[in-house]
Amino acid sequence: MGGLEKILEDTAVELLRRAASELRREYVEAIYKAMEKCEGSIGRSQLDAIIRNIELARKSSEPICQDTGIIGFIIRIGEDFPVRAGLRDILVRATRRATEEIPLRPNAVDLFKGNTGDNVGLGVPIIDLELVGGDELELTAFPKGGGSSNVAAHSMITPGLGLRGVKRFVVESVARAGSLGCPPYFIGVGIGGTEDRCMLLAKKALLKPFQIRNPDPNIAALEEELLRRVNELGIGVMGLGEGPTALDLHIEAAARHPATMPVGVVMSCWALRHATAKVTREGRVRHL
Amino acid sequence: MMRIKIFLGEAMEYHLKTPIQEEAVRRLRAGDIAYLSGTLITARDEAHKKALELHSRGEMPPVNFRGNGVFHCGPIVKRVDGNWKVVAAGPTTSSRMEIFEDRFIEAFRPSVIIGKGGMGERTVRACSEYACVYGAFTGGAALLGAQGIRRVKEVHWLEELGMPECLWVFEVEDFGPLIITIDTHGRNLTKEAMDRVAARKEAIISSLGG
Repeated sequence: MGGLEKILEDTAVELLRRAASELRREYVEAIYKAMEKCEGSIGRSQLDAIIRNIELARKSSEPICQDTGIIGFIIRIGEDFPVRAGLRDILVRATRRATEEIPLRPNAVDLFKGNTGDNVGLGVPIIDLELVGGDELELTAFPKGGGSSNVAAHSMITPGLGLRGVKRFVVESVARAGSLGCPPYFIGVGIGGTEDRCMLLAKKALLKPFQIRNPDPNIAALEEELLRRVNELGIGVMGLGEGPTALDLHIEAAARHPATMPVGVVMSCWALRHATAKVTREGRVRHL
Repeated sequence: MMRIKIFLGEAMEYHLKTPIQEEAVRRLRAGDIAYLSGTLITARDEAHKKALELHSRGEMPPVNFRGNGVFHCGPIVKRVDGNWKVVAAGPTTSSRMEIFEDRFIEAFRPSVIIGKGGMGERTVRACSEYACVYGAFTGGAALLGAQGIRRVKEVHWLEELGMPECLWVFEVEDFGPLIITIDTHGRNLTKEAMDRVAARKEAIISSLGG
């Protein structure tokens, strides 16, 4: 194994550790702010537990939540980045090491043989690959917990219902998620593309910069309206009716077939865990 | 047994110790805060299913749930110097266990179910009939959860079901805070909150523009 391969493997392990144990600063600040604003004693007790837990994780480098998720990576590989072959093997090795070293909970379950014990299984870790310009590789670790995955929603809306149909589906989907996916939520909405692509768009929307609106003013306005609307539902922290329902909502859009209006809604619990680093062709690593 | 009661407005704070007597369970009201000391046993989908299958054949699972706590949790546990160390142990989504819980409560008589997200009407009825409550622990607060666990007393079905799904028997001390959301008097705080959400949803949808 070459030097760059080893650097990629070590970086992937470190990204999984950071994702599992360190919540991004802007998310933590939003939770503190929610605490300041929350008046109900039940909501405050839940936010207090969340804050204490975040601090414990940061100090010990241990996972915030015992559900360390199904392991996923997003690779954006530059056309001139020298490593091509063996990327999956590198990430499989990193996943096994991270499971042992951090440790992560083994969450890859074979359909017939049960838990594989090391977070590696058929098609897992889940890897998305994008080819981009340049000579760097950007790697994102994006583990996804089961509780908030179970409340994801998908619909092929009748195009004639238009944007109102889209909004209605998003509000209904968050209402249906209710208490089940550990709110306050981060919400990703994918609109357009195809039946499968809208879900991937929704999932990737979760990774967009916190409370920075889409550069397209139409989409930005829709993001703001939907975030306000879902908060009006009043699900509250842990679904107990007090405190915020959603901390942020992003939309990723694509053009659609004239006969279809695909919509995906992907939710994350309050512990939206992801970590990204860039690796140069010389092997320098920069954590973002 | 109850050690301390503190008055918190209308809600009370209770420190419960297993085995919890029926009278103490029935005293708890929705909205109260509780901390649990004693025996807390993890059981998720697979453990519920397996325990009920054994029961239907006239056999019993290897642990006694009576008067103890059941924890909807798949923890991260590691071996350190030959002992089990609980790294992280927060609650999992309890609604998945709704299809088992009323039969589970009837068969094994636990006194408190700990999880997150709340449970449904079948569980509410079983709680009322067999003296059990549901205590909501903050989802994702896995290190806070682990702090309340003194040690792993036993583990069963680890080989067969794997780390998240097997039965971990914990000795806990002041595990919590738990919000009692289902009491023995038919109340279900999560359901009440979600009913209000459903009403607001209708109003929001009817006011949406195009």
